[in-house]
Amino acid sequence: MEEQNSISNDDGNNSPSGARGNEWPLWEIFIRSKNGLDHKHAGSLHAADAEMAIENARDVYTRRMEGVSIWAVESKYIHASNPDEASSLYDPANDKLYRHPTFYDLPDELRNM
Amino acid sequence: MHNQEEEKIFLDKIDKEIKIEPKDWMPEQYRKTLIRQISQHAHSEIVGMLPEANWITRAPSLRRKATLIAKVQDEAGHGLYLYSAAETMNISRDEMIEQLHSGKAKYSSIFNYPTLSWADMGAIGWLVDGAAIMNQVPLCRCSYGPYARAMIRICKEESFHQRQGFEILLTLSKGSEAQKQMAQDSINRWWWPSIMMFGPNDDASPHSKQSMAWKIKRFSNDELRQKFIDVCAEQVKILGLTLPDEKLKWNEERKHYDFGEINWEEFWNVVNGNGPCNKERLAARVKAHEDGAWVREAAAAHAKKNPRPLKGRLATV
Repeated sequence: MEEQNSISNDDGNNSPSGARGNEWPLWEIFIRSKNGLDHKHAGSLHAADAEMAIENARDVYTRRMEGVSIWAVESKYIHASNPDEASSLYDPANDKLYRHPTFYDLPDELRNM
Repeated sequence: MHNQEEEKIFLDKIDKEIKIEPKDWMPEQYRKTLIRQISQHAHSEIVGMLPEANWITRAPSLRRKATLIAKVQDEAGHGLYLYSAAETMNISRDEMIEQLHSGKAKYSSIFNYPTLSWADMGAIGWLVDGAAIMNQVPLCRCSYGPYARAMIRICKEESFHQRQGFEILLTLSKGSEAQKQMAQDSINRWWWPSIMMFGPNDDASPHSKQSMAWKIKRFSNDELRQKFIDVCAEQVKILGLTLPDEKLKWNEERKHYDFGEINWEEFWNVVNGNGPCNKERLAARVKAHEDGAWVREAAAAHAKKNPRPLKGRLATV
């Protein structure tokens, strides 16, 4: 999913300054805007634990009733695909246009299909 | 892959309006430029809370107070969105805060001016937030994905900031002679610093050309400044007040307002730390950060010792 690429590569010790040692962990926040819709990545924030992450997410991402449900995932638990491998990763789907309905050549007078 | 090949792919994406995402290859200078710009923007949101916080306890009505609190809270949120966007470029939050506190990183100079009267809450909303919006709307199409997404969210929320400011000035402009005078005085003080917010003239703005080529910026400083002046010159008429520029005049040929000379000496003076409130603002930030240290440490220690499962429930799809 596209949002996964927006995750910072935070594994806790790859900061150029090493300053991350004292920081609260980074969390990725997903919000369901209304029942019936998927949770969608909203952004990230720092929090000491899950409960604080949810409370902070409530304060920064739902001030105008943007959500009915919040997921918080510590960023280090998210695995992202590597954009450098995109061409080979998605290659199997490239030449399979027959998976799309428009691939099939049918007469215009055919109705209700 | 060699850098040349990587760079070609990168430029190709820029050309085709495909967003650059955090894990994509990017030129080191692109990364540095964005870290500088986004963190500076984040710092501006955070420092920008200070001049307004000054008036929360003295707001003239409960309605105005609730609005002002909501606006300042938005600014804290906007700072957070922007810090998060910068963090995707592999700079830590602590490092950015350190750069702000040491004076290495800048924030918008506008916040180094004092808020002397209630009318300043109006002028800041109308002019300062207005100028910020003029700058920020094109950033919603910035080539760097996380920055563009943060800006979309910010612009959505920011629109009320400008409207509430104009409403404050409009109310004062219809009030007593003293209130009208207070509004005019405030506009007189905020007008020139507001149009300086667009930065130096194009020929004196060294990074602009590269930022435009990389589609970080979409319009030049002077283009945006002109657009802002054109808009405000009309809006001020509704207030029955004036902008403090004798040379402000509609130019039929250019289809734009002409305006007077900007005092760039004042601009650089404030940028370089000698504005009316530079020291006060930074000291207030550092103090807030230091006063909060025990909370950060206590929460981290508590989380380590006693991880609170979220009411015993994990999310399920």
